[in-house]
Amino acid sequence: MQLDSKVPSGPIEQAWDRARFDMKLVNPANKRKYSVIVVGSGLAGASAAATLAELGYSVKCLCFQGSPRRAHSIAAQGGINAAKNYQNDGDSVYRLFYDTVKGGDFRSREANVYRLAHISTAIIDQCTAQGVPFAREYGGTLSNRSFGGAQVSRTFYARGQTGQQLLLGAYQALERQVHVGGVTMLANTEMLDLVVIDGRARGIVTRNLLTGTIESHVADAVVLATGGYGNVYYLSTNAKGSNCTAIWRAHKKGAAFANPCFTQIHPTCIPVSGDYQSKLTLMSESLRNDGRIWVPIKAGDKRPPDQIPESERDYYLERRYPSFGNLVPRDVASRNAKAVCDDGRGVGESGLGVYLDFADSIHRLGRQAIVERYGNLFEMYERITGEDPYKFPMRIYPAIHYTMGGLWVDYQLMSTIPGLFVIGEANFSDHGANRLGASALMQGLSDGYFVIPYTLGNYLANTKLEKLEATHGNFRASEAAVTAMTERLLAINGNRTVASFHRELGKIMWDYCGMSRTAAGLETAIQKIRRLKDEFWRNVKVAGGPEGLNQSLESAGRLADFFELAELMCIDARDRNESCGGHFREEFQTPEGEALRDDEHYSYVAAWEYAANGAAPVLNREPLEFRYVHPSQRSYK
Amino acid sequence: MSIQMSATVVGGHPNRASRFYAAPIGKKAVMAVTGVVLFGFVLGHLAGNLQVFEGQHQLDSYAAFLKATPVLLWGTRLVLLVSVILHIVASIQLTQMKRAARPVAYAKKNNSHSSFASRTMMWSGPFIAFFIAFHLMHFTLGTGQPNFNGAAVFGNIVQAFQSPLVAFFYIFAMLLLGTHLHHGLYSMFQTLGANHPSFMPVIKRVAALGAILITAGFIAIPVAVLAGVIHT
Amino acid sequence: MNLTLHVWRQNSASDKGRMVRYEARDVNPDMSFLEMLDVVNEELILKGDNPIAFDHDCREGVCGSCGFMINGVAHGPSHGTAVCQLHMRHYKDGDVLFLEPWRARAFPVVKDLYVDRKALDRIIAAGGYISVSTGSAPDGNAILVPKDKSDRAMDAAACIGCGACVAACPNASAALFTGAKISHLGLLPQGQPERRQRALSMVAQAAAEGFGHCTNIGECEAVCPKEIKLEVIARMNRDFLKASWTSRQKPLAGSDG
Repeated sequence: MQLDSKVPSGPIEQAWDRARFDMKLVNPANKRKYSVIVVGSGLAGASAAATLAELGYSVKCLCFQGSPRRAHSIAAQGGINAAKNYQNDGDSVYRLFYDTVKGGDFRSREANVYRLAHISTAIIDQCTAQGVPFAREYGGTLSNRSFGGAQVSRTFYARGQTGQQLLLGAYQALERQVHVGGVTMLANTEMLDLVVIDGRARGIVTRNLLTGTIESHVADAVVLATGGYGNVYYLSTNAKGSNCTAIWRAHKKGAAFANPCFTQIHPTCIPVSGDYQSKLTLMSESLRNDGRIWVPIKAGDKRPPDQIPESERDYYLERRYPSFGNLVPRDVASRNAKAVCDDGRGVGESGLGVYLDFADSIHRLGRQAIVERYGNLFEMYERITGEDPYKFPMRIYPAIHYTMGGLWVDYQLMSTIPGLFVIGEANFSDHGANRLGASALMQGLSDGYFVIPYTLGNYLANTKLEKLEATHGNFRASEAAVTAMTERLLAINGNRTVASFHRELGKIMWDYCGMSRTAAGLETAIQKIRRLKDEFWRNVKVAGGPEGLNQSLESAGRLADFFELAELMCIDARDRNESCGGHFREEFQTPEGEALRDDEHYSYVAAWEYAANGAAPVLNREPLEFRYVHPSQRSYK
Repeated sequence: MSIQMSATVVGGHPNRASRFYAAPIGKKAVMAVTGVVLFGFVLGHLAGNLQVFEGQHQLDSYAAFLKATPVLLWGTRLVLLVSVILHIVASIQLTQMKRAARPVAYAKKNNSHSSFASRTMMWSGPFIAFFIAFHLMHFTLGTGQPNFNGAAVFGNIVQAFQSPLVAFFYIFAMLLLGTHLHHGLYSMFQTLGANHPSFMPVIKRVAALGAILITAGFIAIPVAVLAGVIHT
Repeated sequence: MNLTLHVWRQNSASDKGRMVRYEARDVNPDMSFLEMLDVVNEELILKGDNPIAFDHDCREGVCGSCGFMINGVAHGPSHGTAVCQLHMRHYKDGDVLFLEPWRARAFPVVKDLYVDRKALDRIIAAGGYISVSTGSAPDGNAILVPKDKSDRAMDAAACIGCGACVAACPNASAALFTGAKISHLGLLPQGQPERRQRALSMVAQAAAEGFGHCTNIGECEAVCPKEIKLEVIARMNRDFLKASWTSRQKPLAGSDG
């Protein structure tokens, strides 16, 4: 497989302008003759579908949820970065670019990251004009806060519901296009296969989740905006429905999967309380701006927090990282939490938790200031745990939150299958081995509003596509394959539910491919996953039939793909003999226990090619070049 | 599967007024505005009625004054008639809409957050309409009153309310009118778009107080007759 | 704790449906309500029965997917909370719970507790947006928005579109939902150019979808998981009344008219 990143030559500051100038344009009158399918309606999908329709393309957008507004971008809390430098505190496009490459531990593609930083400012303008109610100063200007390890205040936010408000902005733009007929919206519809004809992505096969009908959709290009695959761990902060099916089935049709083992573990989630637990709830990391993280100094100290005197508390992040303190990047904060819990100093009944304490801030700023900043988060915490965080420190623990890996794309956001574009969290491109806080929203909207409208047009203008009908043999074959898989799942009629398999898979992944990994552990995990997958196909019990709403069948199909992806994640993690960002291999660490990169051997993107019939996946390497931000050991001391 | 897919709908109306009335808010606004008119009448009617406490002469001469001014009397009656008809027609249409909007009822429904008055508008309204008809026959046409004399309003009142049955029926009707006004008065402001966090609590209190005072005023008359305070 | 559940079971839109009784055993008070149903469903699946269908996704109270009636109250007894964040510690051993889907003509039942709420999307499509195509926006700080207006816009924009307001309303009215979007956009300077047209279009669409009217009684406000206030309905009414009598624009094309 040839990986051509198509990064424009010359100075990085002008790369995107040059790329845009070099693109071929589609005649405005011809745009409506081109059909585009956008799979997913989160920030990336909704913004792409709306913008492509504004340009005049005939767009079909689908989502598995009942409405595009329910995509999981809605749950993002903290904010969105942009290099506006409204605070006059030394921010710039270059600094955002620099921070993102460094934060990603030098495993992202510089040119993509620069473009992201460059576009970030236009996103804020666009969203503000749409009526996104960003936080404001009394004079009416936009307000910012510093977030997740950044030393400038460049994060725009709408209370603790930034993702919701940005998504509603994109959703409204999308509905506006639905109203004028530019977008055909297919809600409650799940993509089950990608159809490739003559080497190009030419459509998809879907299941209508309300009726069970299998349908083919022909298009000139397909855009996947289906989010991340964190649910491979069963417990994650993702929505229950978030899944890897669309990208995995595209992968099986030839799209390379890049850096699958790069997953982000978010440091501030509410700890697990029992076996029945169905998901984990994130508490925005903005809480770390005013909360102090600590555990008791003594192992096994089970006193309630208010009875542990100041001198017997270990504010371990402030101690170990004096300059960043509680604001170290996510991977560092998470690993340290795990380390203190492994020492037996974790708090709460399970011992898997650390305190996030607001007592000092409440004392310093007053309760009202804290209510204003975090009121809804505090309420949410109290609803879930039954404890009042104004009185007792919160208990938090890391949880799977985001996946930096995804389908490989070039600078044009096109996968290794021509005509198949991948945007947002579903691709791998911008965050390297670790994503900085408030960057996911930025990337989703950058890809959707400002990148794909150009690059997709360029593809269409340069490509001669034959007219096709859904009766084409490849569509028929995909429909048959999808139907056969459904029938097979329903016919097993074993003794275990889908959820019980999923919980077990999640446990394997968390134990062996979670916050820290070893070669031997990953080997064990691969064997366990294979065994569990075999059992799944022999012993799962899926309720109901192929017709109508069948949530048991939906989750079974998604889990079948998670099994295969889980194995690839472990293979990728085992193959990468270094520690970087969220990928921490215990064998590779500094004497102080920090991640130890191996730039000589692993400064590349691992793009895996699917091999049919159980053969080992094939590794392709895209070497990474750092011409502007020179790799260094990340230090937050 | 019958998932309905109506296209987005705007327009289709020949003019502003019909488009306005077609919308539920339009109908509600008609109810609010006619409600204001009817409320004004109720106030005026109460002021007139309370003259009963000034004695026979005062009330009867007030009645005579009204009868001697047909423009005022019939003008008022016409406005009231139009208002009542619009109020009732709009409410019937809205009720039909409500029924259509929820074809399958809940097995269990807890409506504890709304006021008693608001939830009883649906039957306090029709009852008041029935009461108005009865009241007109009773005191304007004299139906069922052997000694009815159109000019001797005072006498008619005292005679009628000396029957406890009639008096209690009136009292009951006025209580319902009170609850209807209570929600109606507050609701009018909300429907016409006047809701402000600083004023709404005041409006709610004024609505409640107004409804209580009006009810008390009306009820005072049959009570006074029954108690023998007012007599011929 | 042990609970008795009476759950509305309906196989499809055309099925008549009925209440079915289930026992939920050994419920942990730290479970969320949906996790309790997950456990019931796993037992049903293993017994060869169909699990109870209910919509859900984020389970963080923000996607608006979940929602059903618990003992006649939309999203259950916890104030300002979607059912996914309702925890079982609010119940005690022996409680009897009736679970029913949202009931409204505009929300057809798909299965059991799962209803189709696309009517709400169509209300937004009718005008719940600011028409600004990508690329045409001025600098973010070129539009000054007073903080109090921005905060109030945010209060209204917090709506998650779950439909609890419709479910709780005796008239199955979507006034709180529609009013929230009209208020969010109408409070902001960016929303002014289309303010009147928006009110006319969205109100007409809500009626066309078969939602009832508002009788100002406040059941919606009481169950709203985002605590949207009745004030948004007054604002919608105000905008609609003004627009009806003063707007010089013709209704938008692309409609039935």
